[in-house]
Formats: sequence, structure tokens, C-alpha cells
Amino acid sequence: MALKIVKGSIDRMFDKNLQDLVRGIRNHKEDEAKYISTCIDEIKQELKQDNIAVKANAVCKLTYLQMLGYDVSWAAFNIVEVMSSSKFTYKRIGYLAASQCFHENTDVIMLTTNQIRKDLSSPNQYDTGVALTGLSCFVTPDLARDLANDIMTLMSHTKPYIRKKAVLIMYKVFLKYPESLRPAFPRLKEKLEDPDPGVQSAAVNVICELARRNPKNYLSLAPLFFKLMTSSTNNWVLIKIIKLFGALTPLEPRLGKKLIEPLTNLIHSTSAMSLLYECVNTVIAGQYSCSVGRIKSHLLCVQKLRILIEDSDQNLKYLGLLAMSKILKTHPKSVQSHKDLILQCLDDKDESIRLRALDLLYGMVSKKNLMEIVKKLMIHVDKAEGTTYRDELLTKIIDICSQSNYQYITNFEWYISILVELTRLEGTRHGHLIASQMLDVAIRVKAIRVFAVAQMATLLDNAHLLTGNMQRNGICEVLYAAAWICGEFSEHLENPVQTLEAMLRPKVATLPGHIQAVYVQNAAKLFATILKNQEGNTDSTAAQETSQMMIDRLPLFVQSANLEVQERASCILQLVKYIQKLQQKDVEVAEEVSALFAGELNPVAPKAQKKVPVPEGLDLDAWINEPPSESESEDEQPKAIFTKEEPKHSRPRHTEVDEKELARRREARKQEQANNPFYIKASPSSQKVYQEAPGVEHIPVVQIDLSVPLKVPGLPMSDQYVKLEEERRQKERAEKKKKEKKKRKEKRSGRGKKHDSGPESEEDITPAHVVDIVTEEMPEVAQEDQNHLPSPYLCRVKICICMFCLCRPLADSEKLPVRSHRAAGAPKSPAEDGEAENATPQEPKKKSSKEKRDKKKDKERDRKVRLRCWKHLPPSGHKSDSRSTPSEGRTAARRQLRRCNLMTQCFTFLVFPFSRKVCDIQGNLQDGSQVVVSVIFENKSDSFLKSMEFNVLDSLNSKLQRPEGSGPHDGLTVPFQLPPGVSNEARFVFTVQSIVMPQKLKGTLTFIVKNEDSSTHEKLDFKLHFTCTSYLITTPCYSDAFAKLLESGDLKSSSVRLEGVNMPFHHLLARICFHHHFSVVERINSCASMYSRSIQGHHVCLLVKTTVSIDAKCDEPTLLGNVLDEIKQTFSQC
Amino acid sequence: MRFMLLFSRQGKLRLQKWYTATAERDKKKMVRELMQIVLARKPKMCSFLEWRDLKIVYKRYASLYFCCAIEEQDNELITLEVIHRFVELLDKYFGSVCELDIIFNFEKAYFILDEFLMGGEIQDTSKKSVLKAIEQADLLQEVSWASELT
Repeated sequence: MALKIVKGSIDRMFDKNLQDLVRGIRNHKEDEAKYISTCIDEIKQELKQDNIAVKANAVCKLTYLQMLGYDVSWAAFNIVEVMSSSKFTYKRIGYLAASQCFHENTDVIMLTTNQIRKDLSSPNQYDTGVALTGLSCFVTPDLARDLANDIMTLMSHTKPYIRKKAVLIMYKVFLKYPESLRPAFPRLKEKLEDPDPGVQSAAVNVICELARRNPKNYLSLAPLFFKLMTSSTNNWVLIKIIKLFGALTPLEPRLGKKLIEPLTNLIHSTSAMSLLYECVNTVIAGQYSCSVGRIKSHLLCVQKLRILIEDSDQNLKYLGLLAMSKILKTHPKSVQSHKDLILQCLDDKDESIRLRALDLLYGMVSKKNLMEIVKKLMIHVDKAEGTTYRDELLTKIIDICSQSNYQYITNFEWYISILVELTRLEGTRHGHLIASQMLDVAIRVKAIRVFAVAQMATLLDNAHLLTGNMQRNGICEVLYAAAWICGEFSEHLENPVQTLEAMLRPKVATLPGHIQAVYVQNAAKLFATILKNQEGNTDSTAAQETSQMMIDRLPLFVQSANLEVQERASCILQLVKYIQKLQQKDVEVAEEVSALFAGELNPVAPKAQKKVPVPEGLDLDAWINEPPSESESEDEQPKAIFTKEEPKHSRPRHTEVDEKELARRREARKQEQANNPFYIKASPSSQKVYQEAPGVEHIPVVQIDLSVPLKVPGLPMSDQYVKLEEERRQKERAEKKKKEKKKRKEKRSGRGKKHDSGPESEEDITPAHVVDIVTEEMPEVAQEDQNHLPSPYLCRVKICICMFCLCRPLADSEKLPVRSHRAAGAPKSPAEDGEAENATPQEPKKKSSKEKRDKKKDKERDRKVRLRCWKHLPPSGHKSDSRSTPSEGRTAARRQLRRCNLMTQCFTFLVFPFSRKVCDIQGNLQDGSQVVVSVIFENKSDSFLKSMEFNVLDSLNSKLQRPEGSGPHDGLTVPFQLPPGVSNEARFVFTVQSIVMPQKLKGTLTFIVKNEDSSTHEKLDFKLHFTCTSYLITTPCYSDAFAKLLESGDLKSSSVRLEGVNMPFHHLLARICFHHHFSVVERINSCASMYSRSIQGHHVCLLVKTTVSIDAKCDEPTLLGNVLDEIKQTFSQC
Repeated sequence: MRFMLLFSRQGKLRLQKWYTATAERDKKKMVRELMQIVLARKPKMCSFLEWRDLKIVYKRYASLYFCCAIEEQDNELITLEVIHRFVELLDKYFGSVCELDIIFNFEKAYFILDEFLMGGEIQDTSKKSVLKAIEQADLLQEVSWASELT
């Protein structure tokens, strides 16, 4: 043996250790892969040896290689071997390797369960620690389930080192095995008050993370956390607590009020930026809910954020802006006053800060400052380096201006000139964005058309400036808009012939196809207008010259490789030729020609197509043709806002299009046209909107001196509008003042009303132009269908824990699994843990006797009594017990509970009108006709309660069992008294005749409230709800027995449909099992059979289908009907 | 915290710790992508960036980048503190740490990280107790080493 070890040690001396490996890799930079593959071969050899030291060394090297990106999954088993070494040195390496290399699908993880369990219970705390650390990385649902109980025990370990690790890993366990949360929670809660600060902060961490996922369950911890928050000085812990409160506040608005003070104190006092930032964030997020300190607190936040933004530290600046944008949503005004600061940030060296500032600006604009802000941004556009940032600026400018339907734009001439200025940007790829804005504004703002047309004509005239450079390809999209606007609104053109000439220049043929097509089409429109203008003249030569120009120039487009251009051009060419013939015969054609393009085009809402009902028999998803191959779909151009550009060189397959393919394309084109707001199409409703829109006459139009540089391209001119606008506003203000003065004069005799002529407010600014067409066209059908459901993709559910309430006691099924031999011997077995959990309400009894002595100290406060009831049935064999006094019945029921370990639950709620407290009953039923109801009395008041008497109004069916000799209406004395805050349990026995109907029993609790100086007699009414479900007991049933039962023919059937239930099928089943005490007999694909038995032996069988219908059979139809109703109700509540 | 990466200016990964189960392929992809983004950032830029649905907090110490991915609601500044604390711990343990220390003793670096963070949460806020735990574990390692040789 010794020899072997020595031999191993000697061998090892020749092996490479980690250092050698690293050094080797560094020395073989050129042929790293080759070197490593030889290393891996060596490692494989090493792993084959028996010596654990050699193996550990090999595994260590593998871990390094894994980090470099090499696959080491083949060595998983070796890693497990090293993990199970008894030597800490190797164990540590083994666990490290496992934590780096294992993941949920590593199959050897199954082998580790016992090893890990052994390590967890190791006497050496570092063994345990290493195992916990490793486990935190590779815990799987299986491991979590098997080890949850062991880890839970470790939470109470004597060493804080282990406790804190155990607490932290519990979080991972909860995520993987949510069922462990409830049993472990009480202990986790205890750890919040652990003497060791490390353990405490770990517990805070875990609860905070849990609460962020489902805050509701943790509201009850708020007081405890509040105490921690005000007492703790550890910033790490404070941040977590504040985060937790941030999650809780939306659920409990009162918390906000309570928190605001400590939070503002912290904001004032702390020197830690991280804590300050957290506080500010929480205050911002929670603001809507706390109204009292609100005004001050958000101002304080803005003030603090300003300090952050002004700081030289880039990080603080960034976060300050980030938080500022959150405040902006709720308090835009308070942020707007810091406009200067935010504009400054645009100059920052750091691009991410600039982008943040841009985001903020978007929300900060108002009618008043829009021009100023955009002016600043334009300056930045000019000096911005790097196209990405400049493009970002460009889109932001457009976003800012166009937001909420151009709400903040008062002068559209200014906006158009901004857009024109933007076209001069080098190499932007947002040409289409500018173009769509131009179109949108020109279409919607009628008053601007004259101006827009003039500008666009200039653009067309100088098109060579835009297209001259291939680099600026993106921007030529603007010409699309320019051509369309000039064509569509050609009646406003000053010199249409010149524009027409510009549109038909040979250079146009170099533009992308879809733009050329628009050029050709709009040249025709222009032509129509020119004809109309010239026809009145006596001299018809001008008109004929224009026709001649068209005929001369159009053939260039007829030869275009682009089909669209070709088609349009040849069509129009023929038309013009025909017109020319008519002109030569002196026929007046202008009317007819312009009729071709008559009618107003309105924007179509993007959703319009969706609203058009699909005709019957048309399946839009079905392929008309064979689906195209993958490669073909990749060829498709990214969607442009305009029509798709046809590839310049038609591919061979285009030549062999068959009839079907053509049909498909035609369909696609129709679709596209329908979606394209700019596509000219006949629409019966197109005229309507026009008539409804407010008249053009009412729009104030600013006189513009056109002699100023407007027509000179290449010079910025939007600035001039800023000045103009300023003047206009001043003028308006002056007029207003005049009017006000007049009014005041008129009203001099009346009460002096104060007119504030100070700084102008938002409302005072009247826009120079208004957007006329606000509504977009929608088909009349389905107009009323406006409420859009939120997209299902928006709500992503992260984890499924926390679906349940933490306050209710444990069910048997929820107890943590444990190996049976331990449960037998160990005193702290989980079964008993669970038992203790169940019995918690009973514990206070001992306490209450103690507190009874202190009763005199109690002071008078308001009284609230809370009742919680359990219903238990004594076993049939214990009838003598059940007939005896309630206290005896209780012990019997408890024994029963322990023996059968069978507990079913149901929830019902009792509403007490007196104290307005909701209470729950939970039932546990066994055979027989007797039911034990255990009631927990909890004194929520601050007074002492005594002489409690419990009485229930008997019904024919159910009777409260009273001691012999007492009358049928006598109450039962509750055998204890209740000091404030104490709860205790009493049990009462009921006899029930028939269980087929649910029933409610009315009852009264009388008691004496004793204060220091007085005592009063009080009464509390309540109802006990015995549901049919509570008479059912979960009973397992084998499928063959189940089949026989169904075949017997003794059962009556009934069925029910659950409406609006869309939960996963297994959840549905779990719910039925849980709430209604059924067990699943068999589950086959889309349906499951379930079984339960009543305390009187009725069989209840269900067949649940995924279509959420339930077919049920039972030998008692009334019972069945009621149970089904209750099931239905359960699902209607969720 | 979702994961922590340490990588050099040359784009060599020095340490990676994943606190949520991630497939090996995704890990590689994410690491590559992140390294590219972070390395491209200029020194004067702030330490935070938004990436996919995560927030990335990174800091450069000498030639090493420490990079953490946190969730939407997490606090960026405290994450910077975590990084700094980790660096301090390494520094204390190795005695003015340098990249080579971490390369050659990468398992030690992991041990320290594991003592400091567990499952992405801070385990102990006290530097002393983390170092103490590491020292004692090391001691234990040496003892078992020694006992094996004798």
C-alpha cells in the first residue's frame, strides 16, 4: 500500500501540473490547438490511474481548459470521482470542476446526490461549505428535491459560515424546486434575525430576490424589514431592503407613506452613491402611491440627480440621466427645468451618455422649447463624428418633432426646412425616414402644401447634389417624397414646367427603380396640371411644347430595366402621344387628363388591412404555390417603406413564371398596395374625410418673404423660422394683452380678476398650422373593435414559485421528501417538522397561560378577533372520543392526524361583519357522520378577551354536539382566555346527517373585552361553510379498480365545462387535486381520470379533458352536482 | 447577478462564473459578443451598458476587465462595488495581484470568488471573514497534503 502511494507520488512528479500547462500554452502560441490536444491525451492517461492525486491534478487542468473553451464533458465521471475524495484538497478541486463544467443535462449529476449529502453533513465545515458552493452552481430540480431537507437543516447549523451559505443556496433550491419554499420559509424568516450579520444579510438577500418575483407573499414581513431598515448600517443590506420595499409598495400603498421619511433621510444623509441611487430609484418608482411627501420627495430626487449628472464621474452621470428619464414620466415639469444640464450632456465625450441625454430630450420638449432644442440638436448633427451617432441624432430629431401627431410643432414651415436641411447629411441611411416625414406632413397639414411644394421643387431641381455621390445613396429616397409631393400637389407649383423638366432629366435614370417609377407617374400628374393651366391661354403652342418634351424624354424610361418604370413609362408615353394628336386638332383635353388624377389621397392607418374581414373561403396562410426555398426568401429585400425595389437584373427563374406564380404576385402586390398609405388607389371613402376636416380658411398662415434664401439650396434656413416664430408669438401675445386690456376696461366695474401676463404657458402658444388629418382611414367594418388585447408576449413569467400563500399550513404532499430510515430515527425528521408546522397554531396555548399573568399590563386598544377554523373528523374507531368534550375530541383528532397523516384541505372564507376580518376554514375529514371543526381564535386587538362562548344555530342536517344535560341552544364555553396578540385553538364536534349538500351554519361568538378600566360584552357573528368538497377525502385508486367501478353501472353521470380556463393541463389537474381532494388515476395525453371518495363512501370519478370539460360519475347525483359546481367556482376565481 | 467574466485586453478569458444554467454554446457566444463590445469601448466611457435584456457592468483594472451581467432592477453601483471588493480580495490574498497570478492560480481565484459570491448573491460583506475562510480552507488543504506525504 505504502509502496503504491510512493509510486504514485513519484509518477506525479513527472506529470504536468497546472502551472506547467499554463506555461506550455503560453509558449506554444502558434500551435496552441495542437499543444492542447496532446495535453488532453496526457490528461486522459492520467485519469486512468488509480492515484487520486493524479486524477485531481488532471481534473484541475481540465477545468482550466474548459475555461479556454474546450469540451471536457467526457471527463464528467472523473470529476465526480475527485469530488468524492475524502481529502479536502481534492474534494475542493472536484467541486470546482463540477461547478464549472456541470449543467442540468449532465447525466452524472444523478450519481452525486449521496456524495453531496454526505459532504453536507460532514463534521468539517469546509467540506460542507465547498459542497454548498458547488451545489449552488449545478443544482438541478432533482438535486434540489432530494437535498432540500438537508440544506434546510443546515440553515440552523451552529457555524454561521454554514448557515449563511445554506440560506443563500436555498434561493437556488426554491427556483429549482418551488415546493420547498413553504416548508423552508419559517426558518428562512427566522434567519432575518440571526445574530450573525452575514447570515442576516444572506436572508435579506434571498427574501428580497423572492419578493421581486412575487411580492404579495412577503407583505407580512414589511414591519420586520422596516425595523431592519431603520436599524441597519450595512449599506449592502440596506440596498436590498430598499429594493424589497420597492417591490412591495405597489401592493400596499400605505407603505409608501411610511417609507418616504426614512428614504428621504437616507437620501440626505448617506455618502454612499449606490445607496443614494437605490433610494432615489425607489422613491421615483413608488411615487404614484404616496401622495403626502410626494411633491417634496421628487424634487429632492431631481436635485440629487442633478448633482450626480454634474459629477465628473461618467458612471454617475449616466445613472443620473437614466433615473432622470424615469422621473420624466411622472413629473415632466420638474425635469424640464434642468434642460440646460441635459443639453450640456450632448457634448459629453461618452456616446452612451449622449444617447441617454437624447432619450431624455425626447420627453422634455414642449411647444415652447421644441425649436430651441431642435436647433441645438442640429448643431450637434453638424459636428457629430461617426455616422452611428449622427444617425441616432437624426432619428431622434424626427422622433421628437413627430411625437404624438406633431403635437409640439407650431410652425410646419420650420419643420419642413429642418427636414430639407437634414437631407444634406453625408451618408445617412435614414433617407426613407426623412422622406416619409415629408410625405406625412404634406398630406396631413394642408396649409403647408404650398410651402412644401416649393421646397420639394427646389430639391428636385438640385437632385444632383443629393445623388452626385454614391456614398449618399440612402438619401436619394428623399427624392421619392419630393417627386410625389410635387406631382400630387402640382397646383401649388410656381413654375411647373421647370419642375417637369427637372423630373425628366436623363440623370434620373440612375436613381433606384422605385424612385424612377414615382418620377414617371408624377411627371404625368404634373403634365396634367400644366395642360390645365395652359389650356385657357390663347396660345396653344406652350401646351404642345410640353407634350413634345414628354414625348422626347419618356422613351428613356421606357427602356428601363425596371419593370415598374417601364410599364408606367410606356403607358404614359402612349397617353401623351394620344393627347398630342388631340391637341393638334385643337381639342380641349385638360379636363379629361386631370380627371385621371382627381381626388384626395388620405393616409391609411397601419392597422387598416387587419380590419378588413377575410372573405369566406380564403385561407391566407395556405400556400397558393409551392413554398419557395429558403434561399429565395433570403433574397428578399429588407422591407422598405415604399414599394420593393425589383432586382436590376432579372434572374433566370423570373422568366419562367407560370400563371399561378403571377397570381400569387398579383395578390402580394395588392396586399402591399393596401398597406401602402401612399399608393394611389380608388377608395370610395377618400373624399369623405376631406369634407369633414376643418376648412383651410381657419388656419392662420404666416406670410413668408420668399425673397429670403428659401430658394437657395445648401444654406441652413430653419433658424430663420425660429426668429419668425418668436415674432409671431410676440405679436400674438401683444394682441392678447390688448384684448385683455380691453376686457379689463370693460370689466372695470366688476370684481378685479387677475390676468397673469407673466411667462407664457403651453396653452398660450397657438400653432401657426394645425394637423388637419388626424384620423387615418380605416375600413368601416369592425370599426368598433378598438380594444386591443395586450400582446401575450409582453407578459413573460419568469419563475413559477410563489404561487401559493405562505401563511397557510403545510399539506402532507408538500413536506420535503426524506429517506425513510432517517425519518424513523432522527428526532428532527421533516415529517415532524411538517407536523410542528401544522401544529403551530396550537403552540400559543402554553404561551397564553404565561401571558395570562401579564394581562393586567394590557392597555385599551381596538379589538379585532380573528378566527381560523379547521374541520377534522375523528376516526370511526374513536367514536367515544368524538362524543366527549371538545378538548378531548381535539386530542383525538390530533392523534388521528398523526396516525393517518392524511390531511385534506379546503378554503372557505368567513366574513365577520363586526370586525370585517376574513377567516379561513380548513377541513380534515374522515369516515363517519361526525365532523370536528377546530377553530383558531386569534386576538388581534389590544385588549384582553375572556369568557368566550361559541354557539352555532343548529340546522336539521348538522348539529353541534353539546355536553349532556345542556339545551339545544346553549353555547359551548371556550376553555381558555386570550391575551392580546395570542391565538389558541378549540375544537367542536358536529354531527352531520347528509353530506350531499353544502351548507352554511350561522354562529355567534360572545366574549368579554377587558380593558384596564372597563370591560364590555361583545358579540361576533360568523358563518361556517361546509362545502361538499370538504367531505371528500383524497383516496388513491388503481386504474383497474377504477375501470371496474365505471363498468359497474351504479354511477350516475354528469358533466361540466370550465369556461375561460387557459392554464396548462397539469396545473389544472393539480388544482383539482389540491382544492377538491382528488387523486389522478391515470393520465393519457389529452385527458386524465381522477378519483375521490366521500366520508360516507360515495365514489366520485372525473374524466378531465384538455378541452377543459369534465365528465363526472358518482353514485350520488346531488353530491356530484355540488362538487362540480364547486370545481367550477374554483376555476372561475382564477 | 447572472454571470461574471474576467478577460484580458487581448480578449483572453481568464475567469468565468455563471450563476444561471446556460448551455455551453450560448456561453461561448455571449462571452465572445460581450468581449467585443466591452473591448471596443473607449476608456473615458461609463462602465454600464445595456445588452440584450441585461445590464452589463464592467471595470478595467490594469490589463484585466471585470465584467458582470445583472438584471434590470439591479443596482449598477453596488455591482461596481462588488467588482472592486473582489479585486481587493484578490489583492489581499495574492499581495498586489497581477494577471499572471490569476492565470497560474486560477483555481484559487475561483475559491475566493466562491467565498465572496454564491449563486450570484453576496455571501459576506466583510472582507476579513472572506479572507479568513479562504485561509483556513487553505490551511486544511495543506494539512491534508502533508498528511498524505507522511
